[in-house]
Amino acid sequence: MEPTRKKSQGKLAKAHISLRVNGEPVEVAFAPHKTLLEVLREDLALTGTKHGCELGECGCCAVLLDGRPVLSCLALGVAAEGHEVTTVEGMADGAKLHPLQEAFAELGAAQCGYCTPGLLLTARVLLEETPLPSREQIKEALAGNICRCTGYIKIFEAVELAAARMAGKPTEPSNESIYGRP
Amino acid sequence: MAGPNGAKRKELRVVGKPHRKVDADAKVTGQTKYADDLFFPRMLHTKILRSTIPHGLILKIDTSRAESHPGVKVVLLGKDLPIPYGALPVSEDEHPLAIGKVRMMGDPVAAIAALDEDVATEALDLIDVEYERLPAISSIQGALDTPEPRIHEYGEYGNVHRRQVYEFGDVDAGFAEADFVREDITFYEGSTHLAMEQHASVAQFGHDGKLTLWTCTQDPHYLHRSLAKVLELPQNRVRVIATTNGGGFGGKCDPFAHEIIVSKLAMMTGRPVKICLTREEVFYCHRGRHPVLMSTRTGFKKDGTITAMHHRTFLDGGAYGGHGVASTFYTGVLQPTTYEIKRYKFEAVRVFTNKAPCGPKRGHGTPQPRFAQEIQMDKIAETLAIDPAELRKKHLLPSNSLTVNWLRVGTMGLGKCIDKVVEGSSWKEKFRKLPYGKGIGIACSGYMTGAGTPIYWNKMPHSGVQLKLDRSGLVTVFCGSTEIGQGSDSILAYIVAEVLGIHPFDIRVVTADTDLTPVDLGSYSSRVTLMTGNAAIQAAERAKQMLVPVVSEKLEVPADRLLFADRRVFDRENPEKGMTFIEAVWLAESKLGTLGTVGSYTPPATPGKFKGSTVGPSPAYSYTAAVAEVEVNPETGIVVVPRIWIGHDIGQCINPVLAIGQIEGSVYMGLGEALMEEMTYRGNRNVIHKFPSFLEYKSPTTMEMCDVITYLIEDQDSNGPFGAKEAGQGPQLPVPPAIANAIYDAVGVRIDEVPITPDKVLKAIRAKAKGQEGRYGPTVFPHCDMPASIFVPTPGEGGDGKAVERQPVLA
Repeated sequence: MEPTRKKSQGKLAKAHISLRVNGEPVEVAFAPHKTLLEVLREDLALTGTKHGCELGECGCCAVLLDGRPVLSCLALGVAAEGHEVTTVEGMADGAKLHPLQEAFAELGAAQCGYCTPGLLLTARVLLEETPLPSREQIKEALAGNICRCTGYIKIFEAVELAAARMAGKPTEPSNESIYGRP
Repeated sequence: MAGPNGAKRKELRVVGKPHRKVDADAKVTGQTKYADDLFFPRMLHTKILRSTIPHGLILKIDTSRAESHPGVKVVLLGKDLPIPYGALPVSEDEHPLAIGKVRMMGDPVAAIAALDEDVATEALDLIDVEYERLPAISSIQGALDTPEPRIHEYGEYGNVHRRQVYEFGDVDAGFAEADFVREDITFYEGSTHLAMEQHASVAQFGHDGKLTLWTCTQDPHYLHRSLAKVLELPQNRVRVIATTNGGGFGGKCDPFAHEIIVSKLAMMTGRPVKICLTREEVFYCHRGRHPVLMSTRTGFKKDGTITAMHHRTFLDGGAYGGHGVASTFYTGVLQPTTYEIKRYKFEAVRVFTNKAPCGPKRGHGTPQPRFAQEIQMDKIAETLAIDPAELRKKHLLPSNSLTVNWLRVGTMGLGKCIDKVVEGSSWKEKFRKLPYGKGIGIACSGYMTGAGTPIYWNKMPHSGVQLKLDRSGLVTVFCGSTEIGQGSDSILAYIVAEVLGIHPFDIRVVTADTDLTPVDLGSYSSRVTLMTGNAAIQAAERAKQMLVPVVSEKLEVPADRLLFADRRVFDRENPEKGMTFIEAVWLAESKLGTLGTVGSYTPPATPGKFKGSTVGPSPAYSYTAAVAEVEVNPETGIVVVPRIWIGHDIGQCINPVLAIGQIEGSVYMGLGEALMEEMTYRGNRNVIHKFPSFLEYKSPTTMEMCDVITYLIEDQDSNGPFGAKEAGQGPQLPVPPAIANAIYDAVGVRIDEVPITPDKVLKAIRAKAKGQEGRYGPTVFPHCDMPASIFVPTPGEGGDGKAVERQPVLA
């Protein structure tokens, strides 16, 4: 189907797709030209996914498609048919925050919080693939996610803290990251 | 040491501890609602048609085709909103939609409310606008050279918006005392906030005649006033709810056209109306860093004593006034807060150009002059063969003093900041000793903790807090302050928890709703922690005073022995004897009725009594020193900053982990401005932004960010809550000059403008290799006829803070 639009002649028939979102089966109908970002936010009310440019340049809208980070502003909603989408709303295990979420909250790695969902999901994939990443590996993995508040340092520290805890090492943030250097 | 409000530092239980932010969990789970996350039934969507030329007259607008487009509800034009507005009362030069004339590419011309965003976007193409082009101005020199046609019909003359001349003491006499005089011409390019969240607003108008606007504003109170004025509604029919800002940095301080437009459209349609700007539109909203061209002439003695400084600035203001008059003051007024300057003259000129309007961005008008001053200090140190860290330390402004321009400085911990970064960076082993290509540089700064005067003249408090004590033990804090990511909601909880001896999470914080919360002037000028904090202390102390007599009577313990801590009220000398906080609330409510208090804060009177003395005064000044280490590739000119050491005198941390977050974020933004960020436009004809996108407007990613080593210096200031001073803006200021000074240490060239891009470094290196001056930067400073100075004798000369008629001293 060519999703061309006839101006002033009303809309094309809605696309109707089935997918899994945050582990649950979902059916949704939407105008076929909509991006996955728009479908998640406007048709599924999952507003945790943010947008900073809608051009694939800032990383705010990152979600996981079958476990891989994608920029939802560049993906069409129809492309999610039959796939598994994970958003920030699906990161916590019930009432229990994901270790990354805990660490971000603890270290103030979410200041305005707007880039946070995209960063958390991208970092989650990093830790699945590289359980104890080096600082350089963290920087590379998160290089597509712009944050204007934090200078990234608290984000790096939070990813390292979560990684250590997920590896079974009960770890507290370093004194220097909380109180500065004496 | 005993702090303010009787609190001894070691007794603090909440303040100074790394408590989680009250909104942290919502933010990491995606539950925080930003403006664009709000959806209402029957909501309409708005798009704005913007000018496609930089300057011109609107000859004709034909909206008929757009109006008949299916799904379009209203097409709004400038004539529908004829009342002008602007951030400052002295420059209300904006209309929500252009009336007769456009002044920049992207100026709003028409707005459409439609059933959805797509329909609104389609209908934009159906509006026909006919323009007559006017000559466009794209530079400071251009504005000075082109008095006609005027961009605005007000201002000094031609396209000069504002001129200011202040002289504190006789500078000529000061220069006559100097052993050396040097003048440096420097340039600081404009940059934008680039907050991650695109501006968004939703308006709703009820049948009761009440307007509600949810919007990502930093200053809901000022917006409230602008909306009432332009929409001709009584202020008590307008409610502004500032949604959590997805980053601000000053970019959401002005009242914006789109906020007024959706409000008007909601009034006309009776339906909720939303707008979310595209990133490109956000670039044209701007209100960011002014490009500033500076000349700094400084006289100094052999020991480095500064006998006089004559500092001149030209600001490229863009198309509107905005906060520009304040920005103009800030390009000079804080210069004397770091080192002793005996006499000081400051001249500033702001011009209009056909570019996106500039305004307040982190550090508001002060990163530019700090850059000029701090790279000049490096040159002075070299002339005098004094270590630049030593030179700075030798001439620090003392604590508890008045500056040459009548600013009252309380605690001044810059010396300690310098010591920390010098020691931590092994400065003495590195400075002028690293191999070619590697370098180290130092710079310092001071910044205000809140503007001492409001934007519109009034004698009311700058910040108000209400407390409600509930039988459940919950304490609710109501305050007009706005959470922009800096943690202002959390600060309220920490401070009230500290005073009442409860946990921050026993507190609910309700903020930034003009119907529900007492006025706070807004999240600007690093004022929030100090002003809301002091108001919160007063409200909480008053609540305590309601509980104390009742508990004292019940426990038969003298009132002055009661301690509020660990969710209990108890006898300090016999901690077993006490009751829970909830029991105390029950007891007090039984006796006194419903429990609530208020608190407020007004800054101290300003010591200067001359016209213009209201910009610059602050209850307290924070201080910062930074050392930057750089690696410069002499073949490519590429500068890498591996590490920055930064010492910040914060007075007292309310929460150290949040303070460090502010400092690291400031270093980041300073790094971006130093090396890559720039708002630049194409040519004179179209004056279109070169790269209004996230991809091409370069900002540091994880890969460019440097390591940051932070030292928190706690030099408590008696005006701050528990002694606290600001941390959100000041730490950015020394970063660009520290980097520029480090580049000189690395490769021996002076880059006297930011951003310091590889081409500039290469040009300077190549010039030096040819035996020319190893420098890149402006060489010409424009001329502008200036009015006579406002002459104010300095405190050291026995002045009383008032301006006087000029007495000629030198023949």
